[in-house]
Amino acid sequence: MAGLRIVIVDDTGLRASILQDGLAEAGFDDIHVVPPRGGFVARIERLAPDVVLMDLGSPSRDTLEEMLVVSRALARPIAMFVDQSDDAMIGAAIDAGISAYVVDGLRKERVKPILDLAIRRFNAFARMQSELAEARAALAERKTIDRAKAILMNSRHLSEPDAYALLRSTAMNQGRRIVEVAEALITASDLLGGSV
Amino acid sequence: MIRISAAFLPLTDSAVLVAAHEKGFAAAQGIELDLLRSESWATLRDRLVYGQVQVAHMLAPLAIAVTLGLSQHSVSLSAPFKLSVNGNLLVMGTEFAAALDPDIARRIEDPVATAHDFATAIGLYRRKPVIGVVHRFSCHALLLRYWLGSAGIDPDRDVVLRVLPPSLMGAALKADEIDGFVAGEPWSTVAVQDRQAEIVAAGARIWQRGVEKVLALRTDWMEANAETVDRLLIALDRAAAWCDDPANHVELAALLARPNYVDRSAEAILPALTGRLTARAGETPIAVPATMLFHREAAGFPWKSQGLWIYSQLVRWGMAAASPEAERLAADVFRSDVYRRALGGSGAPMPGASLKVEGALSGPRGMGSHRAGLTLGPDRFFDGRMFDPADIAAYLNALRR
Repeated sequence: MAGLRIVIVDDTGLRASILQDGLAEAGFDDIHVVPPRGGFVARIERLAPDVVLMDLGSPSRDTLEEMLVVSRALARPIAMFVDQSDDAMIGAAIDAGISAYVVDGLRKERVKPILDLAIRRFNAFARMQSELAEARAALAERKTIDRAKAILMNSRHLSEPDAYALLRSTAMNQGRRIVEVAEALITASDLLGGSV
Repeated sequence: MIRISAAFLPLTDSAVLVAAHEKGFAAAQGIELDLLRSESWATLRDRLVYGQVQVAHMLAPLAIAVTLGLSQHSVSLSAPFKLSVNGNLLVMGTEFAAALDPDIARRIEDPVATAHDFATAIGLYRRKPVIGVVHRFSCHALLLRYWLGSAGIDPDRDVVLRVLPPSLMGAALKADEIDGFVAGEPWSTVAVQDRQAEIVAAGARIWQRGVEKVLALRTDWMEANAETVDRLLIALDRAAAWCDDPANHVELAALLARPNYVDRSAEAILPALTGRLTARAGETPIAVPATMLFHREAAGFPWKSQGLWIYSQLVRWGMAAASPEAERLAADVFRSDVYRRALGGSGAPMPGASLKVEGALSGPRGMGSHRAGLTLGPDRFFDGRMFDPADIAAYLNALRR
């Protein structure tokens, strides 16, 4: 795998390092991460990469493509890699949010594994992000419910299981989620100057 | 309901697509319009070219460039509808602008004088001015080149044109990476309101009726879905009429301001819609009529002569090689026939021709039309030149002198 220089243009430190690790595990050892800021195209020109991987969601893609058109520093022209015989891969790359630019003359067989790996890593990162967001939301909900329970325990002198049972039965009767009932209770308690 | 996905960029001139979705014009035609925000023209292009969306809010020159094979993968695109006319503003940082006429209203009103002042200012400036443009295949860049060229400025030699996304222009000005930029709204107004720049020229004063964004489709998809395309165009025509109505501007600005669309304040979006531009922070707004048009004067009609003007400029600046084949391909991107087919029964005023001499109208004029009531606005270029699509070679020769 030696000999291919890969540049990853990415803002997100974590995503870039996930991709970099994956490529390193696959045996690529000449990888550079360049954040798309300031004079980043000059850095890419100096690096003269064989493959550039870039986030489709980055607003700086137009800046990169302009460099590919006008650069005199690059020995060989670079174009977006698209395997016309493989529609599924194009779709997967766009869905994963990644684009690959490859120097002229690089064989499809050498590029495809890199792009496949990038797609997998980008998807894994997106899954991780959404799991993280879900976990955060679940934690926030638990805190809300705990606060509502405390209000009930104080004001109605209930035990913790009874406070929870009351929240749950109220939610069931009103056809709402427990966390919504808890939020309403907290708001009401705040309005009434509750001390909890 | 037929689902159609549409890619757009966060710009004020995405208004017609946004209104078609939000105000029910698409639904009334049985279309569920999914709007997909993109952050770069490259990504919007890829989504259209590879079929992730069926239509896109595209820079008119980019649609031609993709068709001519000048922007990555080549595929035939069609533009049966214009989403906007005019709307670009050139702003420069206060340091550079200090060498220009301090009376900004006069500056905007007289692009000939301002272009010559600009040429002088280049010589006095501490470095070769760096001007941000959003894309090489944009009307912004082509109008800027045209305007600079009229004063003997070579845009490839005397200034540096740097491609940057509009959302990063303000930060680049602050970091002294650029000295000014030309972009679609609201980005110029945002920079003015942030006191980082002032208006130097308005697109509507360089070419009074300049093509801007088009509705772009893959030609093969458009031909295979004629009936759906017709309904979409009817929806967009009605949405455009709604957007053009001054009574709706405040509501439209508020819609566009939402985080999933332009994600900037309504105060930054409104000036381009009303044509009352704040040219320098803290000053009284200046009236610039026709800053941005959506519907009046058959604004949506894709004149083939406008596609050919873009082609002539691509040739002029060495971005495309001149050939009868390329000329035909460029003219065919603008599908006035599809516009006529879709909107022929709608009661909308319909131009009788598909080509006109661009820049020939110095005032409003009634036009040959299948129905009474079509008036075209003035469409002059600021230097008085006319573009005759029948003789592009002569036009280009005259520009070279």
